[in-house]
Amino acid sequence: MSNKLNHSMSLAKPDALDISNKQKVALSAGVIGLFILALALFNTNFPNKALFLTLSLGLIIGGIVVYSREAYLSKLEGIKNDGVWFKSISSRGVWGWIVGVILTTFYIVLYFFPKYLGLGTDGAENTGLISLFDPLSHLLSGRNASQWFVYGTLYTVAILAFGYKFILKYRHNRYQQLRTISVMFFQLGFAFLIPEFMYVMNNDLPYYDLKSIWPLNYYIFDEWSVNGFLSNGNIGIALLIFGILSIFVFTPILTYKYGKRWYCSWVCGCGGLAETAGDSFRQLSSKKMSAWKLERWLIHTVLVFSIVMTTAMVYTYLGYDKNHFWLTRGVFISLVIGFLTIVFAAVMLFKRQELEKDAKYGAIGFFIVISLLLIMHYTGTTDHLFYIKAGALRSAYGIYIGSIFSGVIGTGFYPILGNRSWCRFGCPMAAILGFQQRLFSKFRITTNGGQCISCGNCSNSCEMGIDVRHYAQKGENIVRSSCVGCGICSAVCPRGVLKLENDSMKGRINPTEVLLGNDVDLMDLVNQK
Amino acid sequence: MEHIVIIGNGISGVTLARHIRKLSDKKITIVSAEADYFFSRTALMYVYMGHMKFEHTQPYENWFWKKNRIELKKGYVKQVETATKTLHFAEGDTLQYDKLIIATGSKPNKFGWPGQDLNGVMGMYHKQDLENLEAHAPNNEVCKRAVIVGGGLIGIELAEMLNSRSIPVTFLVREDSFWNGVLPKGESEMINRHIKNHHIDLRLSTNLKAINSDENGNVKSVIIEETGEELECNVVGLTAGVTPNVDFLKDSGIEIGRGVKVNRFLETNIPDIYAIGDCAEQHEAIGNRRPIEAVWYTGRMMGETLAQTICGNKMEYKPGHWFNSAKFLDIEYQTYGWVFGKNGRPDYEQHFHWKHEDDTKCISVAYDKNTNEFLGINTFGIRMRHEVFDKWLTEKRDMDYVMNHLSEANFDPEFYSRFENEILQAYTNQLQTVS
Repeated sequence: MSNKLNHSMSLAKPDALDISNKQKVALSAGVIGLFILALALFNTNFPNKALFLTLSLGLIIGGIVVYSREAYLSKLEGIKNDGVWFKSISSRGVWGWIVGVILTTFYIVLYFFPKYLGLGTDGAENTGLISLFDPLSHLLSGRNASQWFVYGTLYTVAILAFGYKFILKYRHNRYQQLRTISVMFFQLGFAFLIPEFMYVMNNDLPYYDLKSIWPLNYYIFDEWSVNGFLSNGNIGIALLIFGILSIFVFTPILTYKYGKRWYCSWVCGCGGLAETAGDSFRQLSSKKMSAWKLERWLIHTVLVFSIVMTTAMVYTYLGYDKNHFWLTRGVFISLVIGFLTIVFAAVMLFKRQELEKDAKYGAIGFFIVISLLLIMHYTGTTDHLFYIKAGALRSAYGIYIGSIFSGVIGTGFYPILGNRSWCRFGCPMAAILGFQQRLFSKFRITTNGGQCISCGNCSNSCEMGIDVRHYAQKGENIVRSSCVGCGICSAVCPRGVLKLENDSMKGRINPTEVLLGNDVDLMDLVNQK
Repeated sequence: MEHIVIIGNGISGVTLARHIRKLSDKKITIVSAEADYFFSRTALMYVYMGHMKFEHTQPYENWFWKKNRIELKKGYVKQVETATKTLHFAEGDTLQYDKLIIATGSKPNKFGWPGQDLNGVMGMYHKQDLENLEAHAPNNEVCKRAVIVGGGLIGIELAEMLNSRSIPVTFLVREDSFWNGVLPKGESEMINRHIKNHHIDLRLSTNLKAINSDENGNVKSVIIEETGEELECNVVGLTAGVTPNVDFLKDSGIEIGRGVKVNRFLETNIPDIYAIGDCAEQHEAIGNRRPIEAVWYTGRMMGETLAQTICGNKMEYKPGHWFNSAKFLDIEYQTYGWVFGKNGRPDYEQHFHWKHEDDTKCISVAYDKNTNEFLGINTFGIRMRHEVFDKWLTEKRDMDYVMNHLSEANFDPEFYSRFENEILQAYTNQLQTVS
């Protein structure tokens, strides 16, 4: 069969369309831009850093823009997936692995060895790559760049440039365009510019990306962060309250109305990078049943870990003293247990049927969390929880989940595991939103009667590894907790079978055995349950 | 335990097997010479275009069959011996059955053109056709030009496939406009223009006379019937329709017309032998449907129906309202109810046609000019909701109702431009000029 995986070093589809000369020039420009960054990394001391930084980022952005215009505007509007499984970079070929290794290495250095990027420690001046970004950082907030500033800038550049590419690729599809403009806006404004400006206005405030919500933003309730907010008067308290309302009030309302897509594919930065720079890798996510099983175990384990970790963190810095502050350890732990119990009871009361055998796993998970919290409360001392130092739990979470899982594996492995492996297997925020989307949301992907021809374009392009065809060919709506509502399945469907919709809760999940278009008697007979 | 043997692992046979398994414990064997596992034939084009790999065309993972106790046998049935209920394979072995289902699908038509069996001449139907195409048209250096003969759904798909690898395509269509036996004039002409926009050399009212070979038995050129012109090419795609794949039943005693003759219960003339899918031919056509329907969903529906019969709940095959869909390069097409093109249009059928100014979207709505009853709709570039039209057809809604409620049937993605007002406006204006 067409095992035409060509693992040559060609970036283009090997057997047919070569890239045009204009694209070759664009590609060269981008490579030169990256080369300037590489020179900086190896401590080339550029005479005029601002000029070279502008040149470098300009060449990268310009290269991507010109390349994309040539790729998409020279053809009629439509689905542009020709050759994705032939190209080395998007089919786990040599280029895929090379890019994967470079990205992974970058993340490891970024998280664990920032001094190799040139971070000046103990007040020393920055050198290398980080120093190249000093002029931009000075411009925005008047301070020297950090590794996070470099990362944030490159991240934003990637979302903007590849976002533009994505908009051209789907220029016939307004849903795709609008949500891409949305993630570009939230990345540039909320994640990149606003925190810098907030620093200029009040440099005691902790870094706060307003759209990054706990538990994705796992440090917001850390002692330093909370103290930072509390010691900054009304603005600080307002931000802290906003953070709490985000997860407990805004998120449930928006997810009820629109599904988790309002966050995952319209707002979130991780999602934003996945949908733009990661778009070429969406087909690599595994659709196997075994991958789905792994996903459900992993993501919920991370969720449990993050809830217990956050509770433990807050718990450690709350005093025993009743007079000191109304929120004591006892009150806090009761609140947490109370809240979890209400959620658990409500689900069991109203949605027991839908969960079927998963209800058992849910119950086990719930009691594990409650037991952990109780054990913590009764065995904890001032600085030890679970017989380990309290801070150790937090740093374990930070290293293994916050850095290795979300960054190194989540993004570094784009060309190997697909562009949403963090969102799919690890993100605790996605787990919460997904839980709600599955049970209390108006969102679904509607399948269009009997039109499906089982071709599999939908499953192939699902970045979350959902076997969309499995549902579509049965005429069953897709109501899956992992669906981020990117809408690509609907876009690539050649028969107009799939539509993302917010409609009433009634009839949202509609398992059918025999599809519309068939003998009515047979449909009644078989579909009755 | 009763042994059900199904010849053919396409959508019909596999649907049947799955439903029998749901309803019973019978022993089930699926026989195929084409592929080890069920795959979606409709997706073969995407494998050549690089959108998918072949494994992605398989709707079920490989463990599925064993888990559901559906045995898969690879082999080519050479002969069916109905007296002893035995299948004889080309490989020499045999298989006993209690009930036999023929679900062997179709094969591409060949009309006796000189040179039609040369290397590089192929249909686009079987997995082997795809392998063949990959061998003869891997790129535009090996295949400098391809000629496609036959302007139907498979023809335009093959043109799209070759186009994706920048292989120049000449597309010979017998009719004076693409697929206009089925599509009304306005739609057919819009697709003509769309094909040309993709730089495909569309030749209307043009027939193939002969295919010439080089000294090695490979395709060298084709000769055009009308002009005698010789077109050099390396691949010839024969896509002038399909015929039931039933030659192996010639001497079996099973009644054959063009396909395997079946009654409404999908039974053949021999007890315990049934036929479903593309290869089945109804004694009498059902409604406006053709006696042989080579359509994905009818195969699936026949499988679902026959599973009931085989598991003791005897059931007639009664397809509901006609619907279908396809994609012409970048333009999606859907149809619900009956809208006739040139062929077989009844006297009472009249059309309302609207086309968007960008020339990629249009609709045709068919109605009865005497009663104003809505008969069917074709849409291009606009998605419609099957459920809504199915309901309106059952309720026998009239034309005005449908035109005024068109927005309820829209199935386009969110934020897409909507055209219902413009369409209604055109409809109202047209009525005024008519009356």
